[in-house]
Amino acid sequence: MNHDTGYTSYHPRWFRKRISTYWWLERRSYLVFILRELSSVFVAWFVLYFLLLVRAIGLGDTAYQRFLEWSAHPLLLTVNAMSLVFIVFHAITWFNLTPAALAVRVRGKRVPPFFITAPNFVLWVIVSLLLAWLVVGAR
Amino acid sequence: MADTIVMRVARYQPEGSAEPTYDEFEVPCPRDWVVLDGLNHIKDHLDGTLSYRWSCRMGICGSCGMTVNGEPRLTCATFLTDYGSGPVQVEPLKNFPVVRDLVIEMTDFMQKLSAIKPWIIREEEKPLSDGEYLQTPDELAAYKQYSMCINCMLCYAACPIYGLEPEFIGPAAIALAQRYNMDSRDQGAEVRNEVLSGHDGLWGCTFVGECTKVCPKNVDPAGAIQRYKLSSALDTLKSWLMPWGARE
Repeated sequence: MNHDTGYTSYHPRWFRKRISTYWWLERRSYLVFILRELSSVFVAWFVLYFLLLVRAIGLGDTAYQRFLEWSAHPLLLTVNAMSLVFIVFHAITWFNLTPAALAVRVRGKRVPPFFITAPNFVLWVIVSLLLAWLVVGAR
Repeated sequence: MADTIVMRVARYQPEGSAEPTYDEFEVPCPRDWVVLDGLNHIKDHLDGTLSYRWSCRMGICGSCGMTVNGEPRLTCATFLTDYGSGPVQVEPLKNFPVVRDLVIEMTDFMQKLSAIKPWIIREEEKPLSDGEYLQTPDELAAYKQYSMCINCMLCYAACPIYGLEPEFIGPAAIALAQRYNMDSRDQGAEVRNEVLSGHDGLWGCTFVGECTKVCPKNVDPAGAIQRYKLSSALDTLKSWLMPWGARE
């Protein structure tokens, strides 16, 4: 920034309010935003968990059984249940934000946000059902 | 409905106290009075020392932005009766230094606006004899929304990123850059990109989305920023994949 206006940038008599450390509690939308940012930690955890699962399967039956036992531990169950809640929250908020980034125009008119958001949710449900069928139905 | 309402107004007198204080005033509350009418009543009849900015009274000039009951609002478009029996708390816009009472310092905002070069940039101007640069209604529609900004700074007051990192170029400046980048007559996107893709540019935005919610003119700065990010990321990707032909 150039300061050629002749004003003093940090005028001693101006009052500047310090931002509170808990600024994210001041508004509901700020809190939702911070929770959405935090949810990425749980997304990362699920990726790691999935990689560990793949590794256990690769190592053979004993390793896989050990992985299952480890996963049944109450602590891990709690972490995974919490992660699931955060990931669902992440997915919903993420899909709801897509129309802001994607401005699709058809014949000069902007496509209403609903038609950008809805396919995401539909695709999500289809993929989830497909995976559920693979896991449950394949037995 | 009550005939009067209490307005709790933030006061800061730099020659006196080091911290702002609050004064309470009882003002009339007809159905058609906005917060700015209340402030004008205080100034005219109750306390002539109250300082605040205003001009047009109709949401065009963008001078009367203040914090009303914690929300960044244009005081000329915020009705007193919407606050029931009151009190209505009026404070200066957040995230800006306060000069006096409800007046904030906006030099930083002005410098940010000019930093993105908000004018039509041409690689080569065509001679006058060739006539004006023509534009179809569709080409106009592509950027018109972003051209509606009245520089009221409500989006800066709502943006926690700007509050925490004042170097961040901010919502209105990026939306204004987008207004020119999407203008079919403009060829300055690359020049603006130097400012916007920098450290304090668009990647500072973490998409809180509050700027769009508080915008009185439906400019949608949050949308402008995300679309800018998308096109900027695609450009970078293209320049990696096709180092020679990405930019024509």
